[in-house]
Amino acid sequence: MPIIRIPTPLRPHTGGNDTVEAQGATVGALLADLGKQYPALHERIFDGTDLRRFVNVYVNNEDIRYLEDLETVVADKDEVSIIPAVAGG
Amino acid sequence: MSEELVRGLKCRLCGKIYEKSPLNFCTDDFGPLEVVYDYEAVASTLTKASITARPHNMWRYRELLPIDGEPTVGLNVGGTPLVRADRLAKALGIAELYIKNDAVNHPTLSFKDRVVAVALSKAVEFGFRTVGCASTGNLAGSVAANAAAAGLEAYVLIPDNLEQGKVLGAMIYGAKVIAVEGNYDHVNRLCSQIAFKFGWGFVNVNLRPFYAEGSKTMGFEIAEDLGWRAPDHVVAPMAGGSLIGKLLKAFKEFETLGFIPKVSTKMFGAQATGCNPISNTVKTDALKVRPIRNPNTIAKSLAIGDPADGYFASQLIRDSGGWSEDVDDDAIVDAMKLLAETEGIFAETAGGVTLAVAQKLIAQGRIDRDGSTVLCITGNGLKTQEALIGKLGRPPVIKPNMAEFEALVGSEAGELVGA
Repeated sequence: MPIIRIPTPLRPHTGGNDTVEAQGATVGALLADLGKQYPALHERIFDGTDLRRFVNVYVNNEDIRYLEDLETVVADKDEVSIIPAVAGG
Repeated sequence: MSEELVRGLKCRLCGKIYEKSPLNFCTDDFGPLEVVYDYEAVASTLTKASITARPHNMWRYRELLPIDGEPTVGLNVGGTPLVRADRLAKALGIAELYIKNDAVNHPTLSFKDRVVAVALSKAVEFGFRTVGCASTGNLAGSVAANAAAAGLEAYVLIPDNLEQGKVLGAMIYGAKVIAVEGNYDHVNRLCSQIAFKFGWGFVNVNLRPFYAEGSKTMGFEIAEDLGWRAPDHVVAPMAGGSLIGKLLKAFKEFETLGFIPKVSTKMFGAQATGCNPISNTVKTDALKVRPIRNPNTIAKSLAIGDPADGYFASQLIRDSGGWSEDVDDDAIVDAMKLLAETEGIFAETAGGVTLAVAQKLIAQGRIDRDGSTVLCITGNGLKTQEALIGKLGRPPVIKPNMAEFEALVGSEAGELVGA
C-alpha cells in the first residue's frame, strides 16, 4: 500500500504515527481512506471536497497540482506527503 | 521587557490563538500564524523620542519585534541608508524617489539579515542549538553568518543551481551547506519535513512567524527616514511574498501608534517574468495563486514558484491600490546598469527586477510621477555577478604610456589644469 507522510504537528491525530498506510488508486481515494481512519485529520486537510488553501500534497517528489490534483494515480510503492504550504521565502 | 508585549500567535484564517512556540501553521486548518502584539503596552514604552535616542540599527524598534528580553543575535543589523535618488528620478521622469539600500546591510549584504536576526534570537530563546533554512541564496549566507557569530550549528539547504557567490558566501562561515537537486520549492518542502522531525529551528519553517516580522524594520526605517511619514508608493521585489506585506504592516503599526499620519501607500510588487506567480495572480485578478513548476530567471533570489505568501501579497497589493508587474532578463540587466550608473548602487538581480518593474509601472501610469516613491533594494550585486558576464564588454588593455592612453580617449579629452 502507498504510505502517507503526516506533518509532525498533526501526529496527535494519527496516534503518534508519522507515516500511515492507506488504500486507494488515486490521491483523492487515498486521502479519503486516510480520513476514514483518522476523521480529525480529514477535517483539517479538507474544506468540503477540496484541499484547504494551505495544504500541499506531493506524490513522491512532485506537487499534485502539476499532475492531476486529487485524480493523480498512485501506485503501491508511492509515497504521498502532506506538507503545510506556509514555509519558505 | 517585551515579554508581555507579544500576546501569542494567531491563525490568519480562523483566528485561533497559540502560545509563542516554534510553529508556523495552524494545526486546525494549516493557515499561517502571525505574531500578535499588545499595542497599548507597546505604546507605553515606545515613542518617537525613545526610538531616535537609540542606536541606528533594527533593534531601535524592538518593542515591535517578537523577542522576549534582549536580542542576542544580529545586534548590528539594519540602519541602512535611504538614498534620495535624484539622478535616477530624473532618468525615470518622476519627482521624488528614494532607494532603501539593503544591499549594504550588515553582515551579509541583504535584507535577510533583518529576518535572521529575529529568527535566531528567537531560536536562542527557544533553546535550539541547531538552526537551518531553505534558501534561494541570500538567506543561506545570512543564516550561516549569524549562526556562526552566535555559536549555533547551521544547516543550509539550497537548490543545486545557485550562483557561486551565494554558495561560497554561505560555506565560508562553516555552515553545513547542502545542495538539493531541483528548484527552491523542492528544497522548501524537504526543509518543512526536516525541521519538525529533527526538532531544529528552521528560520523560515517553524520559526517563520517570528522571522517574517524582522522585515518590518525595513518599513520602520523608511518611514522614520522620510521624516515620519509613509511614502505614496513602494516597489518591493517578491519571492515568497512576505516582505511586501511586512512593509505595509510596519507603516500601519506606526500609524496605530500615532507616529505617522494615516497610511495610504500603494504597494507594488515586482517579479521576474520567468517566475511570476504573484504578479500573474494580480494581473489576472485570480483568487488562487497558480504555482510555477520550473522557474527560469537570472533573478534566482526571487525564483520561488510556489510562494507561501502569494495569496496575501496579491490581496494586499490590490487592496492598497497598487499593482504588480514582471520583467524579462534583459530588462533586469538594463535596470541593474541604470541604477549603478545613476546612483552608484550595485544591486543584485532582484534589484534590477524592482527598478525595471518600477519603470514599467511609471510608463503605465500606475505610479504617479508627482508622488513619493521608494524602491526597495534587497541584495548586493557582488553576489550575482554571473548575470552580468558578457553584458558589460571588457575593459580595453593598453601599455603603460601616454601615447596609448591618448590614442584611446583622445588627447583633447582632458580638462587641462594650470595651462
